[in-house]
Amino acid sequence: MTNYLLFVALPYASLAIFLVGSIYRYLNRGFSVSSVSSQFLEGRKLFWGSQPFHWGLFVLFFGHLIAFLFPRAIIAWNGQPVRLLILEIAAFSFGLCALLGVVLLINRRLTSRRVQIVTSKMDVVVYLILLTQIISGLLVAYHNRWGSSWFAAFLTPYLRSIFVLDPQIDAIASVNSLSLKVHIISAFSLVGLIPFTRFIHFLVYPVDYLWRSYQQVIWNWPRKHIRTSRSHSEGHKSLNN
Amino acid sequence: MDVRSQVSMVFHLDKCIGCHTCSIACKNIWTDRKGAEYMWWNNVETKPGTGYPTKWENQDIYKGGWEKNGDSVSLKGAGKFKGLKNIFHNPHLPVLDDYYEPWTYKYQDLFTAPEGDDQPTARPVSLVTGEHMDIQAGPNWDDDMGGSVDYARQDVNLDKLTPAEQEAMFQLERMTFHYLPRICNHCLNPACVASCPSGALYKRGEDGIVLINQERCRAWRMCVTACPYKKSYYNWNTGKSEKCVLCYPRLESGQAPACFHSCVGRIRYLGVMLYDADRIEAAASAPDDQLVNAQLDIYLDPFDPEVIKQARLNGVADSTITAAQNSPVYKFVKIWKLALPLHPEFRTLPNLFYVPALLPTMANVANGVYNSTSKSLWNGVESNRLPMKYLASLFTAGNTGKVVEVMKRLMAVRLHRRGVTVGDLSSAEISVAMNEVHMDADTADAIFRLTALATFDERFVIPPAHREESIEMLENTADVKGNTGFGFKEKPARGL
Repeated sequence: MTNYLLFVALPYASLAIFLVGSIYRYLNRGFSVSSVSSQFLEGRKLFWGSQPFHWGLFVLFFGHLIAFLFPRAIIAWNGQPVRLLILEIAAFSFGLCALLGVVLLINRRLTSRRVQIVTSKMDVVVYLILLTQIISGLLVAYHNRWGSSWFAAFLTPYLRSIFVLDPQIDAIASVNSLSLKVHIISAFSLVGLIPFTRFIHFLVYPVDYLWRSYQQVIWNWPRKHIRTSRSHSEGHKSLNN
Repeated sequence: MDVRSQVSMVFHLDKCIGCHTCSIACKNIWTDRKGAEYMWWNNVETKPGTGYPTKWENQDIYKGGWEKNGDSVSLKGAGKFKGLKNIFHNPHLPVLDDYYEPWTYKYQDLFTAPEGDDQPTARPVSLVTGEHMDIQAGPNWDDDMGGSVDYARQDVNLDKLTPAEQEAMFQLERMTFHYLPRICNHCLNPACVASCPSGALYKRGEDGIVLINQERCRAWRMCVTACPYKKSYYNWNTGKSEKCVLCYPRLESGQAPACFHSCVGRIRYLGVMLYDADRIEAAASAPDDQLVNAQLDIYLDPFDPEVIKQARLNGVADSTITAAQNSPVYKFVKIWKLALPLHPEFRTLPNLFYVPALLPTMANVANGVYNSTSKSLWNGVESNRLPMKYLASLFTAGNTGKVVEVMKRLMAVRLHRRGVTVGDLSSAEISVAMNEVHMDADTADAIFRLTALATFDERFVIPPAHREESIEMLENTADVKGNTGFGFKEKPARGL
């Protein structure tokens, strides 16, 4: 029953809250969608915390995604022990980066008076769940070697079963690793927290900047249609109103 | 030819008395809010001086603006690659201490202090943390510090002068300063717009005002770095960047922006310029010494029938074209050639032009003797106390000839008017000065009139915003029936 709650109910609740909440917040509380950077108040300590934290998470996130989407490719890569070691050590290093980063960021929050002023209650929740997530992940990587190989056998089927609405939790429930269970539970909790925390900012990462033209000019009306009583133009609602 | 209209500005520095009324008018309307206390969308600096934020002109520190890159330009400290690479930590972002930590005083303590032997005091408290603080810097901290070691001598523009010239400038007898009021330049090639990863910044097509969409700003804070004038500010409380909006709600209802309206010295002029948007890139990429001319070339003659025809085809309203024809900015910048852009070498094509300060020129030190007698009345522009090289560093990207040309034109007007009102100059002397800059008496009189006697309506020629269409400009009238109106529909509060 507990397993059912944690590995079926929680994921679906989190995903539902994530989808509905994020879309609602983006559409109706657009002003609050921001990375709320505090670099302006404190820049030096932020550098040593933010860079390893973000780049570490960035790589780990895509690592997990690739392992989920292309398990065969990972297993094929791990066919030779050297390549397996390279992958695992690299992934573990990025995990340590993220841990170091989040610890330094917490230290920054605790020691900089200016940053404390802009720290909300939800920021505390964010740090706690990130710590749980990163530490449990590192413990899994250390104690339950080699994750990149068994991920495909254990987790990919479970995650896939969640997404195809046919949850299969037997394999997960039988796992005898507390850190792995914590890692999965906190991961889904994190997803559910996205609409209520600053996590929302990663959803608006500006990839479209890459193909956008540098200069942006907005006309309030189609500028080549000067409207007369004969040529009425519907116009379009501008984005900023 | 892609004709567009731009609301442009001229500040006449000879008339600026440094009273900061403009700054206060702006502060009271726009930035008197939590997180915005440190912002001065309009500020007045003393030159030579370090300015606000400290040393903002030094792009080796702040990496603002564009740099020449082959036939085009690229952003110096931002852009697609650099912006996304530095998104987790922007190494070129000025922090609060580069501006100053805003504060207030515990005034209530003056009333509530218990009776004692000492006078009660109102201690300063930070507006960021709310704690007691030692004030290190403030707005206009270098106000009037024209000769100071800490401020004036740290001016970045002095780097263009030789050590001997710098020393000469700081001799007690030569010491001088002038004011430099600054607002957003609403550039034709805005670096802030180009640097914004989320596309929150944009230029309004109708009047060229550059704005930040507060709903789309995600606090990636690249605009703060990219703007070489440091006129985009980060609100640390809301987590959104903000900037001068040129009081567009006032402009749209035919009123001058607050800083223009309140200007005591009447130094400010506002009017429409028509320009050719197709030539922006070429003008921004011109070699340093041709930058000013290249920029001035893309502003078009609003009386030219071809320009009028193209403007109409582009949807520029007839009333806007009329405003462009009456624009005081067009007169100062294009016809009379008296106004220059600030730091054109940043290559953003700013739309705020400055008539440089002409005086004081009289001081003349020879063998330690302060000598104010001279052959000519004002001693000629070359003996200006502010070296031409210094002004060239401010206004013409180092092109000294261009500054001298403007100075001589200003001087010609002075001499002409001196001849008219006092009559103690020989007509030969006046005509030499006038002929040198090819100016006739009527032009000089017109310049004098617009400089000294202009009325409110002559200084601010604001194109009608066509309010009769304005609600349709934004959305269908039926959609807004029974709605709350425009503006924020949610409280602009910091996100979680």
